[in-house]
Order: sequence, then C-alpha cells, then structure tokens
Amino acid sequence: MLIKSQKDFFSGLMFTVVGASFAYGATSYSIGSGGRMGPGYFPLLLGIILAILGAAVMFKALVVETPAGDKIGKWAWKPLVFIIAANLLFGILLGGLPSMGLPPMGLIAAIFGITIVASLAGDDFRLKEVLVLSVVLSIGSYLAFVVLLKLQFPVWPTFIAG
Amino acid sequence: MELFDNLALGFGVAFTFQNLIYAFIGCLLGTLIGVLPGIGPVATIAMLLPATYALPPVAALIMLAGIYYGAQYGGSTTAILVNLPGESSSVVTVIDGYQMARRGRAGPALAAAGLGSFFAGCVGTLILAAFAAPLTEVAFKFGPAEYFSLMILGLIGAVVLASGSLLKAVAMIVLGLLMGLVGTDVNSGVARFSFDIPELTDGIGFIVIAMGVFGYGEIIQNLSQKEEDREVFTGKVQGLMPTAQDFKHMIPAVLRGTTIGSLLGILPGGGALLAAFAAYTIEKKTKLKPGEVPFGQGNIRGVAAPESANNAGSQTSFIPLLTLGIPPNAVMALMVGAMTIHNIQPGPQVMTSNPELFWGLIASMWIGNLMLVILNLPLIGMWIKLLTVPYRWLFPAIVLFCAIGVYSTNNNTFDIWMVAGFGVIGYMFIKLGVEPAPLLLGFILGPMMEENLRRAMLLSRGDWSVFVTRPLSASLLAAAAVLLIIVLLPAVKSKREEAFVEE
Repeated sequence: MLIKSQKDFFSGLMFTVVGASFAYGATSYSIGSGGRMGPGYFPLLLGIILAILGAAVMFKALVVETPAGDKIGKWAWKPLVFIIAANLLFGILLGGLPSMGLPPMGLIAAIFGITIVASLAGDDFRLKEVLVLSVVLSIGSYLAFVVLLKLQFPVWPTFIAG
Repeated sequence: MELFDNLALGFGVAFTFQNLIYAFIGCLLGTLIGVLPGIGPVATIAMLLPATYALPPVAALIMLAGIYYGAQYGGSTTAILVNLPGESSSVVTVIDGYQMARRGRAGPALAAAGLGSFFAGCVGTLILAAFAAPLTEVAFKFGPAEYFSLMILGLIGAVVLASGSLLKAVAMIVLGLLMGLVGTDVNSGVARFSFDIPELTDGIGFIVIAMGVFGYGEIIQNLSQKEEDREVFTGKVQGLMPTAQDFKHMIPAVLRGTTIGSLLGILPGGGALLAAFAAYTIEKKTKLKPGEVPFGQGNIRGVAAPESANNAGSQTSFIPLLTLGIPPNAVMALMVGAMTIHNIQPGPQVMTSNPELFWGLIASMWIGNLMLVILNLPLIGMWIKLLTVPYRWLFPAIVLFCAIGVYSTNNNTFDIWMVAGFGVIGYMFIKLGVEPAPLLLGFILGPMMEENLRRAMLLSRGDWSVFVTRPLSASLLAAAAVLLIIVLLPAVKSKREEAFVEE
C-alpha cells in the first residue's frame, strides 16, 4: 500500500498517537459516570475521539490521490536549531541553571546571546551588524521593560550585582 | 435611549488621558506589525499580554484591541506598495492594490483602503454597541447544556469557515481541548497530565502555546524559504485623494464590503480574513461599469471592498466574545486570556458588572479608527520607510521579544523551555500542513467545555438527551449539524476549496 499523501499520513499518525496517549493517561484517574464525571472522563472521551479522527486522516491519506504525493519536504534544520537554541540560551543566561551550577548572567547578557545565535539562523550573517543590533535591543529592552513597564528581571550577572 | 447613555459612559471612559494614550499605542503597534510581513496580531498580542499586568483592565483591553484592528489598516499598506500581504487578511488586497501602485495610483489605493476601513470600523462599532445588549439578554437564558452546545457550534463554525482540510482542523480542535485539560482539575483537585512537574499543575500557559506555535514556528518557516529579494518601494506616493470617478466606484464597494464583513465577523470562526475573501469574491461577481479597469489590473473596488470587510469583521468579532464569552477566532481567544488575567470572566455578565470596561472598549474602538486614518494616510511616509528594514534585523528582535514576553508572564525559566518545545511543534504543524488556529481555540475552550458538560450532565443525572430536549440547546446543535452538512455537500465542498486557493 502506497502513501498517497505524506503530510496527511503523518499528521494522522500524530493525532492517533497523541489521542491514544491521552486516553491511556486518563485511565489512571477516576473516570466516574455520565452523571458524576471524574477527572478522567472528559480526557478519555476526547482522547478516543482524537485517535479515531487521526485514524480517519491516515485512512484518507492512503486512499485519496493527491498531486505529487503531498510530500512533507526537507526540514529546515538550520533555522530550527538556531532559533530554538537561541531561545534556550536566553533562558540559561537569564535565569542560570542551578542544577549545573551556572549562575544567572542577567538580561543584558541574555539579549546578546539570543540575538547573536538567532541571527545565525539567517542566510546572511554579518557580525558587526548583529553586534550593533544587540546593543540597540539591549538599550531598548532595558528602557521599555525594566524602566517603563517595571517588569522584574535580573539585569546584571548575580556575581556583580550581588 | 439607553444606547446613547451607554455610549456616553463609554466615551467618558475612553476619553480619559490614560486610555487615549493606550488606544494610541495599540493602534500604532497594530499598524507597525500590520505593515511588517512575518509577524501577525496573534504573536504580538501574546507578547504584550504580560506587559499589561500592571495596567488597569480597561486600558489593557483597549490597547490589545487596537493592535488587532490596527493590523488590518497596516496590512493594506504593505499589500499595496510591496505586493506582499503585511497581514493575512490583506491577501486579496495585494491583487488589485499592487497593480494600482504600479500604475502610479498608490495614493488613491491607500486612501481607498484607509477611508473604506474607517467607514467599516465605524459601522462595525455601532453594530457591536447595538447588538451587544439584546444578545446579552439571550445569553442569560443559557444553562450549562446551552453553553456546551454553543461551544460545539462555535468550534464547528471555526473549522467550517477556515481553510484547509476539515478533518484535520477538527482533530486540531480536539488536540487543543485536550491540551487545555492539562493541570489541576478544579472539581477533584487531581493534577492531570502534569508528570509530577510542579509548573505543569497550573496548566500550560496559552501565551507559551501562542508564542511557540505562532511566533517561533512561523519565523522558522519564513527563514527556511529562500530569501527572495523583497521588492523595495522606492517611488514617492503622490496625490492621496481619489478622483470623483474613483469615489463613484468605491462607495458601493465599501458598503457591500462593510455589510459582508460585519455579518461574517459575528459568525464563529469568522473574522477579518474570511470577510476579506468573501468581499473580494462578491466584487468580482458584480458587473463592471463601462470604462472601469478589470479586476486583477488595478480596480479600486478590489481594494476598497476587502479592506472595508476585514476591518468590519475584526470589530464585530468582538460580539460573541463580549456577549457570550465565546471567542470566535484565535485573536479573540487571546482576549479571553487577557480578561482572565485581570480577573474578568468573559461572558454576558461583563456588561452589567463592568459597564465602564464594556462600553469604554467599544467607544475606544471608534476613537482608535479615527487615529488609524490619521496614522495611515497623512503619515504614510513613515511606514514606507519601515518597509525598507531587512528581515535579518527583524527576526532576531521578534525572537527576543517572544522570549522576554514568555519569561515575564511568570518570571520563570520553565516557560522558556516550554516555548522551545512548542516552537518545534509549531514548525512540525506547518510541515504537516495542519493549521494551528483551531488548536488555540480548542485550548481556550477546553476547560470551559468540560465544566459545562459536567454541570449539564450532573443536572440531568447522566442523561445525554438533555442536549437535544432543551430547545435552545437543540437548535444550537442543529445549526452546527447543518453547517457541517452544508460543507460536506459535494457542490459546496469544491467551491469552498476553490475559494481558499490563493490567486
């Protein structure tokens, strides 16, 4: 049997797996009855529905012809990895990783980190421009979020600010 | 007239210095993100939600609403000048708008979009004010069974009117509903699907989902496409004023667009995008007057109608939210979040318990529309400058603002790890061709739906027939069924698919 639509097949698979896992997870809570629903009732119901819908999507993907097989196509690893890495680096620099013994480095360091790493995701990386952008964003964010909106951020590394 | 008293109250609230400032900030930001392709109102509102904690609720909602309808104005500028939809709802404006600009008529095109939007915005606001009270009356007759059925209707409506595969959209809703259930169950206190992670017992933050899926997912997708040289608009926009002939063509188109937009905005699943599509289709069906430019070659009606429609639709989509507490689209789902942050339970009681908020918001929309005309027509030069900013400077800034927004919701780095996960999921959704908007709607409605289902079934002692024996509930469910059947009819089905194929 050939997959006629790759996109549909795998999205159907995703729905079925997620639905089944939710339904399975829901069985560990009390289900109750229609008139007196327990915490497991609604998720169990929805999980089963989702699994069935996913199966229907998969079935359709195997039966209905689509032009060119509706391929998923190449994953854009470079932007995916750099954008997500930039985001994670922001979290690590801002809040530190106590489990690894990394101290919080504060907002400004985090802004430089996220801007530089995120910029690597683009086709065209120019270090000088990125550094200027980091400075502009640091000053702008400091004024907008810390001074104006008074949001609570550790701005400088803890070992300097104390 | 009670309506006038209420509007007077609203204008009293909206005309305070503070609220005027926030309306202005909202409109300014809305225009900004409307003009910039690659960032939409969903991500922006999600980013700014945490920043509104410190504001009074009226000011916060006024600002967030301004972003939504402001984006409809800004989107047309980019569509007309650069041949790119700045906002998804301006997709159809591109067709005739850009052709007008190429023929040196960018000014009249911008004016048609701006003035049409302003007129539509005023009408939309009036409709909102007029219909809110009677609809609220109806909503008070609703019991849990009716609410449950109404949500079913809303969710069905949302997928029927959305583009793409119906089956996948329904599955996305269910997935959203399930994700909405993560966290502590209010009735039993059991922490569901939390994997013993303390942060998860409060549930997944919808800001995290919105930001990851709509913000990061789309940035990754944008970057993965070969960077086409964006056409940079170099010419000067001269002579904003349309000619008398233009006005003659424009006015009926604006009227039609406004009517369609207002109607489609109220429907669940409706809103700006659908309104613009429908309005353009109808304009194309109406006969060309002698001497008129054909569609696709710079017809002013092709700009005026969809732009009026998307603005009218964005105003009237507040009706289901404010009167019933049911968000009709993803942006309104975020507004629910904004109201909950400020301890306001969206629904019919808002009008009686917070009249200054309710009417203040409505009045602010009218003022906002006025500000937007000024922002978008005389100050057009400023936005044209903005269009020359390259994307490689924009996206790191967007990534940063997403991260800051996520962190500041709870001042917790756990949310940052979560948003990274949802960014990957969001990109996966794009690759798999599933639309994320229904997920967000389901996510917001999940807990509400469960609560109402439980109550309804408790009252009926476990009898499922309660949903069809109560007349109001039965008619809501019937409406949902009719909608589904209509869409599945072969004739309508092919038309629907045709309508969403981008030209």
